[in-house]
Amino acid sequence: MSAESTYQPKSGFGRWMEARLPIMGLVHDSFVVYPTPRNLNYLWAFGAILTMMLVLQILTGIVLAMHYIPDAAMAFASIEHIMRDVNYGWLLRYLHANGASMFFVAVYIHMARSMYYGSYKEPREVLWILGVIIFLLMIATAFMGYVLPWGQMSFWAATVITNLFSAIPLFGEGITTWLWGGFAVDSPTLNRFYSLHYLLPFMIVGVVVLHVWALHVVGQNNPLGIEVRSKQDTVRFTPHATVKDVFASVVFLVVLAWLMFYLPNFLGHPDNYIPANSLQTPAHIVPEWYFLPFYAILRAIPDKLMGVIALFASIGILAFLPWLDTSRVRSARFRPLYFWFFWIFMIVVVGLGYLGAQTPEGGFLLAARLLTAYYFAHFLIILPIIGLIERPRPLPSSIAESVLASSGGEAGEAAPAE
Amino acid sequence: MANSETADQPEPTRRDFLYVATGAVGAVGVAAAAWPFIDQMNPDAAALALASIEVDIASVEPGMSLTVKWRGKPVFIRNRTEDEIAAANEVALDELPDRLARNDNAAAGASAEDANRAAPGRENWLVMIGVCTHLGCVPLGQSGEFGGWFCPCHGSSYDTSGRIRIGPAPENLRVPPFEFISDTTLRIG
Repeated sequence: MSAESTYQPKSGFGRWMEARLPIMGLVHDSFVVYPTPRNLNYLWAFGAILTMMLVLQILTGIVLAMHYIPDAAMAFASIEHIMRDVNYGWLLRYLHANGASMFFVAVYIHMARSMYYGSYKEPREVLWILGVIIFLLMIATAFMGYVLPWGQMSFWAATVITNLFSAIPLFGEGITTWLWGGFAVDSPTLNRFYSLHYLLPFMIVGVVVLHVWALHVVGQNNPLGIEVRSKQDTVRFTPHATVKDVFASVVFLVVLAWLMFYLPNFLGHPDNYIPANSLQTPAHIVPEWYFLPFYAILRAIPDKLMGVIALFASIGILAFLPWLDTSRVRSARFRPLYFWFFWIFMIVVVGLGYLGAQTPEGGFLLAARLLTAYYFAHFLIILPIIGLIERPRPLPSSIAESVLASSGGEAGEAAPAE
Repeated sequence: MANSETADQPEPTRRDFLYVATGAVGAVGVAAAAWPFIDQMNPDAAALALASIEVDIASVEPGMSLTVKWRGKPVFIRNRTEDEIAAANEVALDELPDRLARNDNAAAGASAEDANRAAPGRENWLVMIGVCTHLGCVPLGQSGEFGGWFCPCHGSSYDTSGRIRIGPAPENLRVPPFEFISDTTLRIG
């Protein structure tokens, strides 16, 4: 982006505009001729998929806001009004609710991709940290959005999560009262959550711009985890990456459509179709599936303050990943030890997710404690140590050499996909 | 400072002083201007006005409970049985994770004996805010292994005096400010 633009406007108006606001040149340099490693696989399509999902959530959210009423007495009824009376209201709401779930599916794949291929390593630390910030904003946005329907799960999720702050010594009670705008979760809480739920997606857009900017400064990582060395190693973003991203997005939308048309409430909880009741907690409260691993960590620890610290630490520790992983080899393809620990870590996270949905007692509680310990050990003990003791496999000398070797040495025409 | 002066660290000039002074005044101004934006989220006058309620408890027989809403929170009013009172009195103070009464009507450091938690002179009456001190769920009455309250969210068990016995909750259930106006009327708040 820092180099002089190669963009040549074709029309007179284009030249006139380019001399005043070089926006077409920026787009041309960033998304048309931008060099992208020729060996990217479909895991690299999730950045585009996430951008699409963010736009989709904002669009459906804006139209839902035209019908929703953020008042404790009317919120639940206004959701039913959207479902029954508003033209296509059912479609827009199911799209928004299932879209949120699929947004998290995509972001978890995107994060796991970065972990597997070591995309967070030098010089991509800032790019990775911006991603962690986006993830945090997504968590806050999804949580506040889940509160808006004002069903039983909404209300008690709001109560439990805001009470996390009451664990803070001395100021805890003042902070929770301030968050609530009262002495319990009530209409003022709902109203401010609505305001922030509308704001945060636009803050995400802002950080995404920084994320893409940082990406275009350092360049994309690739499945080999070696740097681009020559023009031979890359292909133009358009059409190669563009077409792949569009195809992957369409496949992703097919899954979303299947979910929202055939199983629209599969990922939700039936208790959220009961209006909020501040005098009765449902017998079994669980967060949405995408928060279950973190919820299991919270419940695994028998002390309130320590549990809350562990919950926040389990997400915050991601920001330190570039420095906790001591290996200089990026891709797990060339790291025989890390390869296995990566998959063990994935199984542990899924296991925590399963345990987060179970009653925390007996064997479930014990298992949650063991997996919580492993979760932190992965970052604090395993990653620093295996980077020092592991003998990585020899790295190919260039992307082009590796790609051409696997496709039978036919230069120039090798497909960018694997 | 005077001793450490060197040629490449000249003495601060009037201009340096003005920069620092301008920055400091600016920071104070920003903080003062930010305060209304922060304080608007605190409970408003309408929320604070709902300070006290009166409850008729004439129909609550021993072994029965009443749940009322005070400041948006459930308040448990329980007329305890003889057995429950006896069970609460049997517990030694050093068996309790939280040894403070957590009673807004008692002295600040009062210990968690049943007498310091039940209504004074009417020890069958127990009045508590029905909010688990862990993460704010409403515990279920007369359940859990101590015959008191059990929180379904994260498994905290309270005894028949509303004191935390096992589970992640750090404190006993709080006793709100209350008084008996007559034998059958209770004022909370």
